[in-house]
Amino acid sequence: METKTATASRALSMASMEGVETELQSPQATEQALMNAQAPESFARHVRGYLYVFYALIFGTLITVGASYIPFGNREINIAVALFIAISKASLVACYFMHLISERKLIYGILGFTAFFFLGLMFLTIGSFADFPRHTVTH
Amino acid sequence: MPAAPPTAIHPPVHPPDQEEGAFWSKYVFSTDHKVIGLQYGMTALFFLLFGFILMVIMRWQIAHPGQPVPLVGPLLASVLGDTAAKGTISPDLYNSFGAMHGTIMVFLAIVPLAFGAFGNYLVPLQIGAPDMAFPRVNMASYQFYVIGGIIMFVSFFIPGGAAQAGWTSYPPLAESIPTDGQTFWLIGMVFLITSSLLGAVNFIATVIQLRAPGMTWMRLPFFVWAQFVTGFLLLLAFPPLEAAGIMQLMDKVAHTSFFLPTGLAVGGQLADASGGGSPLLWQHLFWFLAHPEVYVLILPAMGIVAEIIANNTRKPLWGYRSLVYSALSIGFLSFIVWAHHMYLTGMGTSISTFFQTTTMLISIPSVIILTCMFISLWGGAIRFTTPMLFVIAFLPMFGIGGLTGLPLGLSTSDIHLHDTYYVIAHFHYIVAPGTIFALFAGIYYWFPKVTGRMMNDFWGKVHFWCSLIFMNLIFQPMFAQGMAGMLRRMADGGANYSQARVPEAVGGLSAGVMGLHTYILWAAVALGIAQVPFILNFFWSIGHGRTVDCDNPWEATTLEWQTPTPPPHGNFTTPPVVRRGPYEYSVPGQERDFTPQNELVPEITASP
Amino acid sequence: MDIPYTVAIRPDTGLYNAKVGIWLFLASEVMLFGALFSAYILLRVGAQDDFWPHGWLNIPLGTLNTLVLITSSITTVLAWASCKMNQFGRFKVFHACTLILAATFVGIKSYEYHDKFTHYEITLNDGRIADGHLLESKPDRVVIRGRFVADRKDLFDLRAPTASHKHEEITLPRADIKRMESYGPWHHTYLAIYFTLTGLHALHVIGGAIVIGFLWGPGSRLWRRDPERFTNRVEISGLFWHFVDMVWIFLFPVLYLI
Repeated sequence: METKTATASRALSMASMEGVETELQSPQATEQALMNAQAPESFARHVRGYLYVFYALIFGTLITVGASYIPFGNREINIAVALFIAISKASLVACYFMHLISERKLIYGILGFTAFFFLGLMFLTIGSFADFPRHTVTH
Repeated sequence: MPAAPPTAIHPPVHPPDQEEGAFWSKYVFSTDHKVIGLQYGMTALFFLLFGFILMVIMRWQIAHPGQPVPLVGPLLASVLGDTAAKGTISPDLYNSFGAMHGTIMVFLAIVPLAFGAFGNYLVPLQIGAPDMAFPRVNMASYQFYVIGGIIMFVSFFIPGGAAQAGWTSYPPLAESIPTDGQTFWLIGMVFLITSSLLGAVNFIATVIQLRAPGMTWMRLPFFVWAQFVTGFLLLLAFPPLEAAGIMQLMDKVAHTSFFLPTGLAVGGQLADASGGGSPLLWQHLFWFLAHPEVYVLILPAMGIVAEIIANNTRKPLWGYRSLVYSALSIGFLSFIVWAHHMYLTGMGTSISTFFQTTTMLISIPSVIILTCMFISLWGGAIRFTTPMLFVIAFLPMFGIGGLTGLPLGLSTSDIHLHDTYYVIAHFHYIVAPGTIFALFAGIYYWFPKVTGRMMNDFWGKVHFWCSLIFMNLIFQPMFAQGMAGMLRRMADGGANYSQARVPEAVGGLSAGVMGLHTYILWAAVALGIAQVPFILNFFWSIGHGRTVDCDNPWEATTLEWQTPTPPPHGNFTTPPVVRRGPYEYSVPGQERDFTPQNELVPEITASP
Repeated sequence: MDIPYTVAIRPDTGLYNAKVGIWLFLASEVMLFGALFSAYILLRVGAQDDFWPHGWLNIPLGTLNTLVLITSSITTVLAWASCKMNQFGRFKVFHACTLILAATFVGIKSYEYHDKFTHYEITLNDGRIADGHLLESKPDRVVIRGRFVADRKDLFDLRAPTASHKHEEITLPRADIKRMESYGPWHHTYLAIYFTLTGLHALHVIGGAIVIGFLWGPGSRLWRRDPERFTNRVEISGLFWHFVDMVWIFLFPVLYLI
């Protein structure tokens, strides 16, 4: 029973023998990359990184609660501070726990379009509430 | 061109794995994309017929308000009770038929047929993959669709009947009607949206990850590009409607006021609700989906049209790159045009101008796609097969539908045309002699790959000509009615606004405009009769149609035709290697007038 | 029939199938929660200033829940890292912690919901407004621990320095009561969006916990047969879990603090 990698390799070599244009690299490079990713020594470094992010998230939570008690006078400032801290925390989770910081371009592309459409939904909807006819005609 | 020796028909191969099994695992709980595609197809065709029947009954009521419906009147009365007393269509029943006709046609018929059926069956084949990336998720998506469909169907038979507030379900009306039909609609929509989301994830991941070696992005058949963009539209546009559906469900079941404004009065009494909500919030979230949804309705159809044109002109599609970039542009722009459905909600000029601008912009790639298809006909050796007839008709029909959208997209002219029959004519031209024609074409075209038999060509042409004529007779008059001011969703067909009933009113509907109702009714009935040969042809040909003498009877280049008939589980006996683009027809120097994407041919040497 | 790239990485994209799939799904979830957050903004901006609540939710409990979810996020990523380092035992320990933390989160949330459903705003026939938690409900009277307010406005900004938090036991004859309504989603659009957002989020917590629970329990048999494929499943479910944590990172300040 041929393994998946072997079947793919066979098709690839057939293709490259005929000089067929493919976008795929050699399977050997893939195997190497896979093995590197699993080396335990490099992982201990990653684990330490995760713990630092964890401490940062705890800290962020505590200061966001604390900041909400500070009377800035203007409620908008409290909102801005809270959202800034929230975005920072979320970025840490996304970049390090979800490995987005070392993710492939394709994923960045998908998320980029998603972010654009989400912002479009939010700002255009709220914008359409803010823009309404104000000057009534009275004659 | 000498005819190629026909390749032998390969008997379906059954490798020893899951698909060799009991009836239930092979035909009901199958994870094979082809079985799931056929399941989607049969279910969707049933809903297409059901939605059509609802419409014909509505047209009777419009032309003969208050009169018992012939033939089916007694059946309606016995099944639906008081709301169809003595076989007449009460206003409530008319409204629920209207709401459900729209819902069923869009969400239960066209999208499952165009995306779920054609997409599921053909995309893995056309990219050279053994199946979808997530076969079990695929099965789940079909099951959610069926559950959603059952909930929608059953809602007709509960006390109070089905949803009545249009397929658009605008609050406060949708929430104030004191029956449960709307709740069923909302729950059904949650299931249907989930089905589409699962399907979208599958399609996108499959096209990205499972293209065969040599199948680069720019060698994909345009059909695959169209389905790919459609997947993104479903993926990113449906969730806000799901959120809105959950909020409306909360309004109905938990008595929240997401969409109920403060001070709302229902039936003369102040509503017992907290207020503080906004009906416009629903409209924004609904149309954020519903506009990309219309591109979901048209893009797969354009994909089908592209394939059949290339095949039946025996030449490559003109402007492949333009087609691809236009499809991508349509997908992108479709997310930022939605409020052109809301010009009359009191939005200010700045935001209206923004949406008007993006709406005008999106017409450009649509026209580019149509133009590329028209130009593709030029200089072709056109074979007027049944699929080709439907596809050639698609072009001007979609043209009419698209062009009549322009006065709707311009906010000033939309003031006059919004919510009139002009709108109904516009979108039906796109979906009925547009998308549905493309879907019919696809059925006739791919039928031999699925069954190994051809559908009867004579009856196919009868089906085509009758459908074309009657669809135009139904919808062409509606432009005139709309411009004369006839509004949508009137259970009496506008009788209360007619000159006959209120002669002293300004702008009353003339006898001529009202009289068109009768012609439209008969055209609708005739259209229904014209589908009978199609239905009979379809089922008869499965068992008794002319068998094809090879796996590639249309002599096509794309990969789905390079498989056994029907394709076995796993699709390709050996993984295909793609060596050229998708439309290598009439290549100079080649023996045949088509070269399949995966075929090994000797290089053409330069002439001395 | 084998579907390629279920475990092996497709060279030109650098991804295996399920990773593409989960990110696509998470993109749709961003749109789902994004629409609800947009609804929140709209409802709040559309409300009268004095009548948008502040301080109706228990901040210490919310903070605790936030820390619970953040901890479950680190245990999730460490569970996956343990799989990558071939330490199956540690994977089991870390994800057991994840599941316990998930249950804790849902438990605290249920307590918060219960608190809201037993909190009543009572308008009396003479126009006075009483507000508090229900202690006793008898056929002829109702006993709450709460307070009377002079102006309905005083019920809304409980974080203001001038807000009163003095509660006493109040008995109200039912004959005097014009209207009595609990702080459920029907009571105010703030509560409507609170219950909807946190309810949908809680359903995602439960769903994620079920998947992780399955992988921890019966699904862990795959580790013996195909450890790489199992590790990928742990990674995919972990990505979903982190997303659920991220949603809460926004929900907490938006609903509890500002």
